[in-house]
Amino acid sequence: MSQTTPSGRLGRSEATNGLLMIAPPGGYALLLLAAPLLTIFIYSFLTDGYLEIIHDFTFGNYIEAWTNPLYRLVMLRSLGVSFLVTLITVLLAFPVAYFVSFHVPASKKSLWLFMITIPFWTSYLIRVFLWKVILGYNGVVNSGLLGIGIIDEPLQWINYNVGAVVITLAHAYAPFAILPIFVALEKIDRSFLEAGRDLGESPFMTFIRVTLPLAMPGVISAVLIVFIPTIGDYVTPHLVGGPEGRMVANLIQLQYLKLDNYPLGSAIAVSAMAIVSAASLLFLFVNRRYLKGAK
Amino acid sequence: MQGGWFRGYAFLYLAFLYAPIVLLPIFAFNDATVIAFPLSGFTTKWFAKLWVEPALHDALKNSLIIALCTSVFATALGVFAARASTRYVFPAKAGIMGMIMLPLVLPEIILAVALLVVLLGLGVPLSIFTVIAGHVLVCTPFAIAILSASFQSLDKSLEEAAYDLGETPLSTFRLIILPLVMPGIISSLLITFTISLDEFIMAFFLAGTETTLPVYIFSQFRFPQAVPVIMALGTILVLLSIALLTFAEYFRRRGIARTGGKDTGGFL
Repeated sequence: MSQTTPSGRLGRSEATNGLLMIAPPGGYALLLLAAPLLTIFIYSFLTDGYLEIIHDFTFGNYIEAWTNPLYRLVMLRSLGVSFLVTLITVLLAFPVAYFVSFHVPASKKSLWLFMITIPFWTSYLIRVFLWKVILGYNGVVNSGLLGIGIIDEPLQWINYNVGAVVITLAHAYAPFAILPIFVALEKIDRSFLEAGRDLGESPFMTFIRVTLPLAMPGVISAVLIVFIPTIGDYVTPHLVGGPEGRMVANLIQLQYLKLDNYPLGSAIAVSAMAIVSAASLLFLFVNRRYLKGAK
Repeated sequence: MQGGWFRGYAFLYLAFLYAPIVLLPIFAFNDATVIAFPLSGFTTKWFAKLWVEPALHDALKNSLIIALCTSVFATALGVFAARASTRYVFPAKAGIMGMIMLPLVLPEIILAVALLVVLLGLGVPLSIFTVIAGHVLVCTPFAIAILSASFQSLDKSLEEAAYDLGETPLSTFRLIILPLVMPGIISSLLITFTISLDEFIMAFFLAGTETTLPVYIFSQFRFPQAVPVIMALGTILVLLSIALLTFAEYFRRRGIARTGGKDTGGFL
């Protein structure tokens, strides 16, 4: 968010005006975001009855969520998938962001960013489904390769598994990774790079010692903005994951809509958020030196 | 030409991004129920089938109502938040803005179940209104991101000049600020409309017995014979999205040019 200078003229009413201005969206978020999140937090400590929630405080849901081997497996798998997707997305995205920032003429940059973001805004559901069609047993890849004669029978390892989930998610979140890295690269003062070269560094070393550290705030936001939502993705594991590719969102949906066990569903959801937050904070802590003075 | 290697990579990357979307029209016009190569022949029958599908028409109507309401509410809330964050300093600013922007990163399924629990707890019946409530929550951060760019580049002295010439804060907003940020507002309306039209998880959890377009599409995935029709529908939706986004981008750029700001590119 932006920093504004306090206006002396309006004095103390400045803060009041600001608070009045932020009240409608702030109130909306408080009522429909903060309150519901607090509610599932409370629910996660309640006991599930058959037709109603029993208001007995318990840690049972958390014990179940953390010790049941099935839940633990799904949770670990979600973390692994998210981690892999983040790694792939950010590594693949960096050169593109670098290219658009350093090699595309200023007048064409908006066009490139627009081209990159378009697939992101177009029918998420259908894009995921298309990957199912592309990677499926009778899908585009298999039928195409069979037709050309490269393979004799359809490849099975490309469909309905964790790998298919990773490919689909990496595709879906690609623009998310490019934009923050691009913004960070754009902010780099180009004279720093010239200085590096003048002082005798090779282009590669200039990149490692000047460009990369300065781009790190963007890389860090890219990592977080891909890692956090992917862990809760429901559609992709459901459509392309098969039974082996189920993730934590499928588990939450199962508990809420199929089994009607709100407390356990809430405990799983809260646990997932806690794990994601912990991983994100750890990541921020490890990279804290890059974020100093960045803003 | 600079960056030959990077250029080649960037084009490959774009090809990867667009690969699935390119397949949509190919199979939408392909005369076969199975989505596979080789292609069988040209047909428009899958598009014709879209016209005789009453469930689809209901879903489309719901989706359009939801998207229209969502875009108006989210943009209105976005105007307040963008104005507050770019013009005022107030206590707990970072915290409040952080809370409002949270849905941008929070997994949607968490938002959806949290809202579901509260709505059912309060005894609110699930309908398209509950979907609108959820979509406004998801879309407002995007509206703020777009509108902040417009409000950011406003010159404060224009506003002060209006005060000095005797305008009230309200008339200043209407006569000076609103016209300057109008392109941003239109861009925000178009983007939030597109997001709402496309949003699935919230609608899946909060629509109750009503369906929206994505919920309808999702339900059709179970029937293999419905796939080509979904391809046809997808082709139309993608074209519609691209048209909306192109308009949005046009207005966003015009807005930045109008207020004399520097284009940093992108919606985020």
